[in-house]
Amino acid sequence: MAATGDIQHHIYSITVENKFGVLSRVAGLFARRGFNIVSLAVSPTEDERFSRMTIVVDAASAPLEQVTKQLHKLIPVIKVMELHPDDAVERELMLVTVKAEVDTRSQITELASIFEARIEDVGFEAITIQVAGRPDKLDAITDLLTPFGIVELQRTGQIALPKLSRSQQRLRAVKTRGA
Amino acid sequence: MQLTGAQALIKSLEQEAVEVMFGLPGGAILPVYDPLIDSSIRHILVRHEQGAGHMAEGYAHATGRPGVAMVTSGPAATNIVTPLCDAYMDSIPIVVITGQVPYANIGTDAFQECDTVGITMPVTKHNWLVTDSQDIPRIVREAFHVATTGRPGPVLVDVPKDIANQTMDWYWPDSIDLPGYKPTTKGHSKQIKDAARLMSQSKRPVIYAGGGILKARAAEALKELVELTGFPVVTTLMARGAFPDDHELCLGMPGMHGNYTAVTSMQQADLLIALGSRFDDRVTGKVGAFAPEAKIIHVDIDPAELGKVRRPDVPIVGDCRRVIEELVKAVSSDKAKHEDDEAAWPSLDEWHTRLKEWQRDFPLVYEQTEGGPLKPQFCVDQLRDHTPDDTIVVSGVGQHQMWASQRWKFNHPYTFVNSGGLGTMGFAVPAAIGAKVGCPSRMVWAIDGDGCFQMTAQELVTAASERIPIKVAILNNAYLGMVRQWQELFYEERYSEVYLSPDLPDYVKWAEAMGCEGIRVDHAEEVEPAIEKANAIDDRPVVIDFRTDYREKVYPMVPAGHSNDEIILDPAHDSFGER
Ligand SMILES: Cc1ncc(C[n+]2csc(CCOP(=O)(O)OP(=O)(O)O)c2C)c(N)n1
Ligand SMILES: [Mg+2]
Repeated sequence: MAATGDIQHHIYSITVENKFGVLSRVAGLFARRGFNIVSLAVSPTEDERFSRMTIVVDAASAPLEQVTKQLHKLIPVIKVMELHPDDAVERELMLVTVKAEVDTRSQITELASIFEARIEDVGFEAITIQVAGRPDKLDAITDLLTPFGIVELQRTGQIALPKLSRSQQRLRAVKTRGA
Repeated sequence: MQLTGAQALIKSLEQEAVEVMFGLPGGAILPVYDPLIDSSIRHILVRHEQGAGHMAEGYAHATGRPGVAMVTSGPAATNIVTPLCDAYMDSIPIVVITGQVPYANIGTDAFQECDTVGITMPVTKHNWLVTDSQDIPRIVREAFHVATTGRPGPVLVDVPKDIANQTMDWYWPDSIDLPGYKPTTKGHSKQIKDAARLMSQSKRPVIYAGGGILKARAAEALKELVELTGFPVVTTLMARGAFPDDHELCLGMPGMHGNYTAVTSMQQADLLIALGSRFDDRVTGKVGAFAPEAKIIHVDIDPAELGKVRRPDVPIVGDCRRVIEELVKAVSSDKAKHEDDEAAWPSLDEWHTRLKEWQRDFPLVYEQTEGGPLKPQFCVDQLRDHTPDDTIVVSGVGQHQMWASQRWKFNHPYTFVNSGGLGTMGFAVPAAIGAKVGCPSRMVWAIDGDGCFQMTAQELVTAASERIPIKVAILNNAYLGMVRQWQELFYEERYSEVYLSPDLPDYVKWAEAMGCEGIRVDHAEEVEPAIEKANAIDDRPVVIDFRTDYREKVYPMVPAGHSNDEIILDPAHDSFGER
């Protein structure tokens, strides 16, 4: 999976009606307009009528304003927020199975503890680690684990919420409707 | 009251004041065709579902009311995809009802199953798969609301057969709950003031009127704005008739085949006021070279149009009519406020004079010689001059479309119906039928190409059997003329698959076989009598086969991707003298 930390990206937090087919409308819109999705996560929200999609979009392929406006045109889309990376709490979860022979196992567990990762499963020749954090943290541990031999890796894609404002927020709330 | 889903569907359409629908039945939609028998809604049985879709569009174009089409599942649904896309591109409100296989069978590759909602998602403003008959009135109400409000467009409701048979408790929703759909119709007042300010500084303004004017029923408001400001107007292909061609400030059509004055006025403007237009590539030519000195005021109900192609200096989201009315007020008060300001509202005399000179020096030209080959432009001129002023003209796509747009005098809104955004050959005949159904007291003339005509001509059978007396003028140049023109100009006259033959099919016999009057015209002197004869027939459709000169090309022309400054005039321009 492409690392999300190192490319220019926009994060959209989109509130949609919780109805079937909404994901395909959103995905179809991105495909049709030629916007590249880096990652996408969908989940229910505190209100069961709505779901939240967190979509990370490759900025080079997608003019910020057009993405927002086109998303707004979808009838089941209630609200679109573009989260500035500095003003968002971004998290992603990764599961990674890495080769761990007797002689390397302790190095791997040590690495895991530095990254506050958890050992989820242990086999004779491999262990599975769960790590959560900002995408660049996941990139970093991935790089460090690569020499040991990564067997399998899965990331959830990013989820994000705006940081709570203690001072002036730079959240670009793209208001419901309107220019 | 207990109804079946099918009865509820028909009743819901009646609630929406639907008076006519275009369609063709089949397995999955059978339950809905039964209660239709007892309904007040007129149903017009088409010969191909594409025809149903274009008829619904023609009806909507001409009346402003949503057109309705109903077809079955699978192949019928795919047959109507082209009209949906056409309506999507041109923002035409149509509501399409499709049958679907029973809900439990969805996903099993059942007979005549296709993923209608999936296929039509990118070509509809919104679509619905009904999963419970109880939802039908709500969904129909939402469908009409979405189709006709904001930026209008096509919608589709897919109804599984078992849902149509399932009973429900009838109700009619008194409100609409679409939390994600709230079009902005009122322009921002500060933006409107800014727009007036910008207008007050302009020495070379042009109003760039698009189809949004017609959608918003803003033709009257536009006229008021023009008369208040003296700003000249270009009307795009989708806006022909939105401002009267006979008005001295009307410059006509801009774009790839626009007239010299319309194209060049935009190129040299210092201010463009885009009203319900979208900077389409057929208007702008090479975007980077389009109207280089112009500041832009852009008014559109769809926020996504603002800045999509060209960044406006003053963007205004709103309904064209409301915004123009506000602009009129803002301009009046700006004028009053800056009465003593020398720089504000400068005289436009110089600009008007320049425009008049261009109109004089670079008119549209052609020459019909006596005994020479019949010129398509001559046929259009004759039609224009021998039909009522409020005739509805419907065109296909190609050279004939451009000649129709260039040469007709559109003095009333909703008198030109054509396929602009998608450029759908085969649009004219069915769309003309739809327009005539919507406006039975008006004369409706389709100006079609021989290529286009062959794509949907069978709908003349529909017209003949339903007694919908449209008239069709085929500008029969025996070629896919517009493609031929490009091959002549840009492919060194290497003609590849563009020849059609002037008399295969025999259009007169074909017309007669379809229950129409067929007339053939080979020479210029036969044109007027043929038109008069056609005008006198009111009990069946008429087809005139005008055998026109295949060599004629549409000028002026801006080659695709080039700057509008590189406009090519008719090479014979200088030899024509004044016309
Ligand atoms: C469905 C469809 N297929 C192909 C085209 C490409 N095309 C544009 S104009 C044209 C020629 C139309 O021929 P005709 O109807 O005879 O009109 P003419 O240009 O000769 O007036 C073609 C093939 C199109 N616009 N639509
Ligand atoms: Mg032709």
